[in-house]
Amino acid sequence: MAYFLQQLINGVTLGMIYGLIAIGYTMVYGIIGMINFAHGEIYMIGAFIAVIAFGVIGVLGISFVPLALLIVLIVTMVFTAAYGWTLERVAYRPLRDAPRLAPLISAIGMSFFLTNYVAIVQGARVKPLQPVIRGDFIVYDDGVFSVHLTYVQMLIWTLTLVLMAVFAYLIGRTAFGRAQRCVQQDRVMAGLVGIDVDRTIAATFVIGAALASVAGMMVALYYGVVDFFMGFLAGIKAFTAAVLGGIGSLPGAILGGLLLGLVESLWSAYFSIEYKDVAAFSILVLVLIFRPTGLLGRPEVEKV
Amino acid sequence: MTESLLTVEGVHAHYGHIAALKGVDLTVRRGEIVALIGANGAGKSTLLMTVCGRPRASGGRIQFDGEDITRLPTFEIVRRGIVQAPEGRRIFPRLTVLENLQVGATPAEAAHFEQDLERVYALFPVLAERRRQRGGTLSGGEQQMLAIARALMARPRLLLLDEPSLGLAPLMIQQIFRVIADINAQGMTVLLVEQNAYHALKLASRAYVLAAGKVILSGGGAELLADPQVRAAYLEGGQPTAKPVG
Repeated sequence: MAYFLQQLINGVTLGMIYGLIAIGYTMVYGIIGMINFAHGEIYMIGAFIAVIAFGVIGVLGISFVPLALLIVLIVTMVFTAAYGWTLERVAYRPLRDAPRLAPLISAIGMSFFLTNYVAIVQGARVKPLQPVIRGDFIVYDDGVFSVHLTYVQMLIWTLTLVLMAVFAYLIGRTAFGRAQRCVQQDRVMAGLVGIDVDRTIAATFVIGAALASVAGMMVALYYGVVDFFMGFLAGIKAFTAAVLGGIGSLPGAILGGLLLGLVESLWSAYFSIEYKDVAAFSILVLVLIFRPTGLLGRPEVEKV
Repeated sequence: MTESLLTVEGVHAHYGHIAALKGVDLTVRRGEIVALIGANGAGKSTLLMTVCGRPRASGGRIQFDGEDITRLPTFEIVRRGIVQAPEGRRIFPRLTVLENLQVGATPAEAAHFEQDLERVYALFPVLAERRRQRGGTLSGGEQQMLAIARALMARPRLLLLDEPSLGLAPLMIQQIFRVIADINAQGMTVLLVEQNAYHALKLASRAYVLAAGKVILSGGGAELLADPQVRAAYLEGGQPTAKPVG
């Protein structure tokens, strides 16, 4: 029981990270109908920027942890968002009206480019991050096994929930959110009501990148290492989460992320850790066979 | 009243390699209702869309209030005051009625919002009843009202209406045309595309007849309504035009 609880905590943590990355996939798909295969690399770049920022903070001698975290969070989001914006500008906007395959190829190209760019600039070796936050507290103890919730995990949960709330408010209640949904539903008509479509799409990439960068920062804090190839598997996993939840659906991205995180950690705990990815992707296959639009996805057909 | 608000000069437009407009000239003066009639595929809707920059004119010039808008991006054209209720209504189906009206108000100043909302709810009371409902769940007639209301929320200086009567019940058609006459009486300039040539010509101060991407005839609304050529091609048969004019 205690062991199960511990795996649940680990699974939810992992799931929240997947969910944050998955939002970027699902938003971009929603607005321009394209899978941004370079999104995993954006997450990886976010993790690197966070590690570098922690280094700079260390040099500057800021030792008050909450302040350091806040600075790193802001720096990471801003710089990674700039990467997201540039990516859209350079690789996707010129192909906006091209056949669907062209931006897809461009995306895969950008993914390779960013991976190798980081490998060259930052080196191909794994980069460690000194633990910034230590400690945990024991949630439950049955005498044999004690369930730990680390402070890093608590930070991840809090930060994710806060970001989700801000994000839900932004999309659901603000003029920007309405413009974003208009561009999703009918790009031509969005222009005809006076929405700057290009700017709205750029903003979508910026937001997606900022959320992924927070995931990158949290992973750097959680595991203590980053490397230039970490975006690949995380990207595929988060993409799976987005498809699992129903691509294009924002609550679906979170739900898919949580499910995937739970499946992975529970499978690793009770079966074999080597096959955790197989388990995760098998769930995807099953969902797609029985519910092709994902758990919360909408069928393509609209009532007119 | 005689000053021209919109001037279209020799405008061409293409969809891929297909020419949809082949040198159209047209003028809309301040305060007028100008009707654009013609058969399916004549280029009426294309002309309205080209004025808004989608597709962009491949030749010719479009001027709005003295400014050349031919090369402006769509949202800039809209922000200058040309607002369209387009073909097929294009309501945002997963936005509520209220949200559709809110996005319609994008080019307008936020300070006017509540007042404008009251005004369109007064024109179309059914929209007030359904404000929390998603646009996609409305009936065709309600969607048409929403499309016009959404355009009005932008406080347009020139309102482009594309087939506002299409697919509506006769009673609804009368209501829509009454609303168009009302908002024109309050000073709104309107460019109206209609298949329902009888209603359009009765309402319009001037009209253009479009065929195969060119203007083939133009004149006063009443004048065209009496024109034997127009009667034969667009009025007799189909529409309930047997009743005497006037």
